Amino acid sequence: MEHEAATAAHSSLLWLIPAFPFLGMLINGLMRRRMPEKAAGILASAAMLGAFLVSLLVFLDLRALPHHGRALTQTIYTWFAVGDFHVDVSFLADPLSAVMILVVSGVGFLIHVYSIGYMKGDPGAVRYFTYLNLFAFFMLTLVLADNYLLMFVGWEGVGLCSYLLIGFWYTDYEKALAGNKAFIVNRIGDFGFILGILLMFATFGSVEYGTVFDRAAGFPYGSAVITAITLLLFLGATGKSAQLPLYVWLPDAMAGPTPVSALIHAATMVTAGVYMVARSNLLYSLAPVSLTVVAAVGAFTALFAATIGLTQFDIKKVLAYSTVSQLGYMFLGCGVAAFGAGIFHLMTHAFFKALLFLGSGSVIHAMDHYFHHAGIKSNAQDMRYMGGLRKHLPSTYWTMLVGCLAIAGIPGLSGFFSKDEILWKTFASGNYGLWIIAVITSGLTAFYMFRLLYMTFHGDFRSAKGHDHPHESPRVMTVPLMILAGLSVVGGWVGIPHVLGGGNQFEMWLEPVFERGQEIAALAHAGEHGGATELLTMLFVTLVGLSGIGLAYLFYLRQPKLPEKVAAGAGPLYGLVYNKYYVDEIYDAGVVQPLKATSNHFLWRFFDVKIVDGLVNGTARVMTEFGTGVRKIQTGQVQNYALAFAVGVVVIILAFVL
Amino acid sequence: MIISLNHYLVLAALLFSIGVAGVLTRRNAIIIFASIELMMNAVNLAFVAFARHWGDVGGQIFVFFIIAVAAAEVAVGLAIIVVLFRHRETVNIDKVNLLKW
Amino acid sequence: MDLSRFNLITIATPLVLGAGVLLVMLVDLLSGRANRRPAQLAALAVVLAAAAVCLATWNTGGVSFFGQVSGDGFASFFNLIFLAVAFLVILAGPAYLERNAIHFGEYYSLVLVSVMGMAFMAAGTNLLVIFLGLETMSLALYVLAGFNPARQSSNEASLKYLLLGSFATGFLVFGIALVYGQIGSTDLARFSAYLAGAGDPFAGYMGAGVALLLIGLTFKMAVVPFHFWSPDVYDGAPTVVSAFMSAAPKAAAFAAALRIFYAPAESLGLPWERILWILAALTMTVGNLSALNQASIKRMLAYSSVAHAGYLLLGILAGNELGAAGILFYLASYVFMNVGAFTVAWMVNRRGEGRYDLGDFAQLGFRRPLLAAMMSVFMLGLIGIPPLAGFFGKLYVFTAAVQAGYVWLVVIAVLNSAVSVFYYLRVMVIMYMRENEALKDVDRIPATFAAVAACALMVILLGLIPGSVLDVARAAVASMP
Repeated sequence: MEHEAATAAHSSLLWLIPAFPFLGMLINGLMRRRMPEKAAGILASAAMLGAFLVSLLVFLDLRALPHHGRALTQTIYTWFAVGDFHVDVSFLADPLSAVMILVVSGVGFLIHVYSIGYMKGDPGAVRYFTYLNLFAFFMLTLVLADNYLLMFVGWEGVGLCSYLLIGFWYTDYEKALAGNKAFIVNRIGDFGFILGILLMFATFGSVEYGTVFDRAAGFPYGSAVITAITLLLFLGATGKSAQLPLYVWLPDAMAGPTPVSALIHAATMVTAGVYMVARSNLLYSLAPVSLTVVAAVGAFTALFAATIGLTQFDIKKVLAYSTVSQLGYMFLGCGVAAFGAGIFHLMTHAFFKALLFLGSGSVIHAMDHYFHHAGIKSNAQDMRYMGGLRKHLPSTYWTMLVGCLAIAGIPGLSGFFSKDEILWKTFASGNYGLWIIAVITSGLTAFYMFRLLYMTFHGDFRSAKGHDHPHESPRVMTVPLMILAGLSVVGGWVGIPHVLGGGNQFEMWLEPVFERGQEIAALAHAGEHGGATELLTMLFVTLVGLSGIGLAYLFYLRQPKLPEKVAAGAGPLYGLVYNKYYVDEIYDAGVVQPLKATSNHFLWRFFDVKIVDGLVNGTARVMTEFGTGVRKIQTGQVQNYALAFAVGVVVIILAFVL
Repeated sequence: MIISLNHYLVLAALLFSIGVAGVLTRRNAIIIFASIELMMNAVNLAFVAFARHWGDVGGQIFVFFIIAVAAAEVAVGLAIIVVLFRHRETVNIDKVNLLKW
Repeated sequence: MDLSRFNLITIATPLVLGAGVLLVMLVDLLSGRANRRPAQLAALAVVLAAAAVCLATWNTGGVSFFGQVSGDGFASFFNLIFLAVAFLVILAGPAYLERNAIHFGEYYSLVLVSVMGMAFMAAGTNLLVIFLGLETMSLALYVLAGFNPARQSSNEASLKYLLLGSFATGFLVFGIALVYGQIGSTDLARFSAYLAGAGDPFAGYMGAGVALLLIGLTFKMAVVPFHFWSPDVYDGAPTVVSAFMSAAPKAAAFAAALRIFYAPAESLGLPWERILWILAALTMTVGNLSALNQASIKRMLAYSSVAHAGYLLLGILAGNELGAAGILFYLASYVFMNVGAFTVAWMVNRRGEGRYDLGDFAQLGFRRPLLAAMMSVFMLGLIGIPPLAGFFGKLYVFTAAVQAGYVWLVVIAVLNSAVSVFYYLRVMVIMYMRENEALKDVDRIPATFAAVAACALMVILLGLIPGSVLDVARAAVASMP
């Protein structure tokens, strides 16, 4: 078995990847008074383009290497050393980080370009691009790091930037609070992460990936200390990647500008947890308990968030819960030791979810301008005031349609292949319960996404006033949408499974990173002998997705009047149509309404808002109250202090003497 | 009766405890200060006794330094108490609680 | 008399400081009441001279004066920390002192006297020298705390500090007396040798002696339950003095603690571990919880410095090389964060000395972006966000504690760090997000600004090259006799 570090070649290019956005940040940050808004946007985008081109070069370099020797490293300098424990500021590009840097810099570039249009006229645009570039710098550091400590630097840095960007419109107090909450919840996760790193150091004497994995491989399967490390790391992942129970910050984080939601809260930062778990695949494979926890948390989060997504009217909230749900899928994939599938879904999700967010941004942008011109005071994000936008925003509509089809898992599109890969691996690993949950979620996903699409783009425009109507966004915004739409279609073709005649090159590409972990988990080739079963489950899942779309069509598009018209005009058909309608009613009364009621009243209003949200806010409040109590012991009376001192003296002396 | 090391030490401990009790219970800042001096002198007694026990001058030298330090503390302390009196026309320590929580 | 036993190199730095005190007093006397600038410049020159001497004599002294002092790298390292703090508060101070009409030349000589005391604490290898250093430092601090006689709170701060400080001194010297009674010497080498050789290290007078020694030092570190003086004193003292007091004396107390307890750490055994464990856990928890709901930035920082004493105790408890070197690194970064934060606090104070409200920071992010950015560096550093210096301080100390097997205490410490985010972050939220309030603009004071900028640069720099600094710290620890 080959070991990365032993065969890793040197590359002098790697530092350039984070350096480009850092330079952009520096220039924009230092010149922000003099910098014209447009120049700032172009500079920031150019920095991202530079990072993307270098990433591409690195990718090509990697491809030129032999399959098992695909790793490039570059050490900048030794950060610190304690005995034989040393940590370098050092970068590693292997197949996994190559995927990540391409996604981060590529999608990031498109979102930067889009932002030029979106932030036009905002007085804080230069500041915005500064933060955005800083974010990209930290995110690229996170995925390029060759040790956990440097990864943690990126991890904290992206958290900080997301905090700055969520609270970007600082004048809005609620938005400032949302930023605050995101930071605090993430710190709870980071608490686990840093403990995990400390424990890792204490156990393996290193935090460098190669060394840690080599030494961990000598530990017994199911080792308690590795279980503890992986669970602690996973706590960090639940915070950053918005999983139960720490997902609460993500829906609130939608307070930030929409491109930020696309970049940070859909395509890149929130996937850091998935990346970290995949990166640590060897550790997780050694800890079956942790894997089960990862899979279960992922599956339940997927279902839980999807049901909440059914009830939201805020277009961005729907997408936010959808992101939480899709991240759940990725963790489910990792949890069943199908790390490649998880990363595959991470990549396709970055394409279509960035597309959907940017599309929703385009809608919000248009609605906002329309409301402004028409003098209507209304919520530009509430889908109840939209409708019929297909006519006015054609590019946005068609691209978002592609995004919805991709996330719904329509065959041929990117989401289909990646989601199917996860579902099949779940099924093949014998986790039938989790598989059922994932399939249900798949149906719900299709339903709420098309609900969003129909409510926004179809039917009549519900805020019509006079002849004015919303206008399509400028090309600087629609062109990135089109590119992302293209990627959402073809992005999955790199991973067509064998059963459909594809070569699953994506899995092959990642194999050197995951093979050791998967061998231990004894699941390496579980998915390859699927044959008919695999095709059958694939068909079933597709049908579930299609019926989700169909249901959405029935409920949100077809007018209730339609059946009556048909009944009056065509007598013989009446019964059939009536009965169909009747089925709708049964569905509605028996399935959809109770489901919606549960998710609305219980899951969202009670569990989400009261319990989980309350827990976070409550913890803060309780601690503050507690602190207020504690500080009351500081009475201001000097003799009380002396008394406490004397009591302390007596206690300590007794402890020593006795 | 032969006066042993322990007798000196018990006396020193008693004096020290009286000093501590004074600090904890008296309200007058000057008396509290005097009580702290008493604690110091109790320590001096212990040092001298130990020095005699070990036949070593180190302990006695230490006593000189403690006396010097205590004198310096008194100089600073009385100045501060004078300022206190100017502000509040009292040296009652109970009244000094502007800073709390 | 054999003069080679009096190697002046070992005390070169405090010697320069002592001579400097006289020089500064003389300059101040000659330059007249209206003009304090010469005294300030003289004090700065003295600090620079002392720093130069410190660097020139780095780890060249060895033990001298009959084993009373050691001019090793350990002393040099701490001297540099003390001198850096002194330089910053002397550089930043005049604007504050003038604003409050208390610009007296004694400020400079008192700061220097206090630093001289600290230098002896770090160099002392005999309990007598450490005690004298501690008292020299403290007496100067008592006066500095009451440096604004016109303000009741300043007077109250100095009175509380003095009463509790001399009360603690009483216990400290009693402890020294008991140790002396047990081993017949106040020499630290004898102390370690005795503890290493004794079957039961705490038999006889030693148990109470070690306990009281520990208590005397933890008082200066502001460890719960001996911390009560610190919030009131930092709050009431003039803020430049608070900046000085929250940084340098704490470092000096830890220097003395390492001098006394590092060598015999392994032979101290279970009661020592238990007590330190509880003290550390209590200190960080009480400090952090009390800081949560403070309206005054000064009090908030005061309680936060209590919490930091708790984290630092982990290094003492760990008792290994990394723990000790980690403390040195931690302190080297901590003093810059604290001096910087306190200095920014008085720079932005716009409601007068009596009210230090967090609201003063409102909109700072947009009115004075650079100042706000530096304040953010201090806050994030105190939280321990990588790659700032504060992170590595915590990392080293926590790692040392994990190595020594105190995993649960580290869990508590990390949890406490998470709690501390609430109050540090509040400052940033207010700076960048609070609505505009009708407040005076912050004055532009170049010298003070330079001091703050130096602090921020150090916090960033120490985070970029933590390895090299840690190497120096480890060499310093290893150089202790």
